[in-house]
Amino acid sequence: MAVSLKLAQVGRECVACGSCLRVCPRGAIHIRSGVTAQIDSGACVGCGRCAKICPADVITIVQRGAGE
Amino acid sequence: MKRKWYDYLWIAELSYWVLGLCNILFAWLGVLFFFIPLLMAAIGGNKIYCNRYCGRGQLLGLLGRKLSRNAPPPRFLRSYWFRGGFLAFFMVMFGLMLHSTYRVFSGAPLRQTVTLLWMFRLPWQWADVEMVAPWVAQFAFGFFGVMMTSTVLGLLTMVLFRPRSWCVYCPMGTMTQGICKLRQGKEDVTCGGKG
Ligand code: SF4
Ligand code: SF4
Ligand code: SF4
Repeated sequence: MAVSLKLAQVGRECVACGSCLRVCPRGAIHIRSGVTAQIDSGACVGCGRCAKICPADVITIVQRGAGE
Repeated sequence: MKRKWYDYLWIAELSYWVLGLCNILFAWLGVLFFFIPLLMAAIGGNKIYCNRYCGRGQLLGLLGRKLSRNAPPPRFLRSYWFRGGFLAFFMVMFGLMLHSTYRVFSGAPLRQTVTLLWMFRLPWQWADVEMVAPWVAQFAFGFFGVMMTSTVLGLLTMVLFRPRSWCVYCPMGTMTQGICKLRQGKEDVTCGGKG
């Protein structure tokens, strides 16, 4: 599979609710110590589903390499 | 993704409402929804309750699929001051509810009303609470009001913004994340000390 050029990034104000976990088709998200969501950059394909559902609106889809 | 048993806990949330509306004394069951997440965060150091087991979060997520505008919420909603302020306000109102329970325990008359959004007293005279002590009933009325208020706010912000917008400022979510942050802070200090 071709490597996606995009990647999800989680902002500082994540509330660790876990809404994003449920929609990620790649299982690329986990909640670290109940504090914040963390994206596995190797697994993320930048589809943006997590960003659309995030109730805190803290996920942005960025180009790989740009501030990873 | 294969569904697990805990993906159906939204049914527990719905059942709570059906039972509570049939008999207000079932409101007491909601105490579980308060203690379980706190215990899980304190013992496990995680938000697994929010991430996996919370029926309310699941229900908002499900209803939101059809009913939510899915618009990004205003930024202030996720700010520390708003979340902290709302938690503080919620706790003060919770304290007042406990105080009126105590007053009834000390002999004040039972008030058969459910307070919605801290302002509106809904008459609940039809409830049959004869079989328990008046303070037990008073707590049920007060607690059902707390649950109803948070549900109404949850539904409102679900429609206006994203399905689980309530989770951004839910006092339980703020508290469990706070506990996890405290625990993490301690762990970092311990590791730093060793290193
Ligand atoms: S949905 Fe948003 S706020 Fe919730 S855990 Fe994921 S990134 Fe954090
Ligand atoms: S962008 Fe898509 S693949 Fe990447 S974490 Fe979000 S939902 Fe998962
Ligand atoms: S933030 Fe509140 S409503 Fe949302 S999942 Fe956690 S406990 Fe449930």
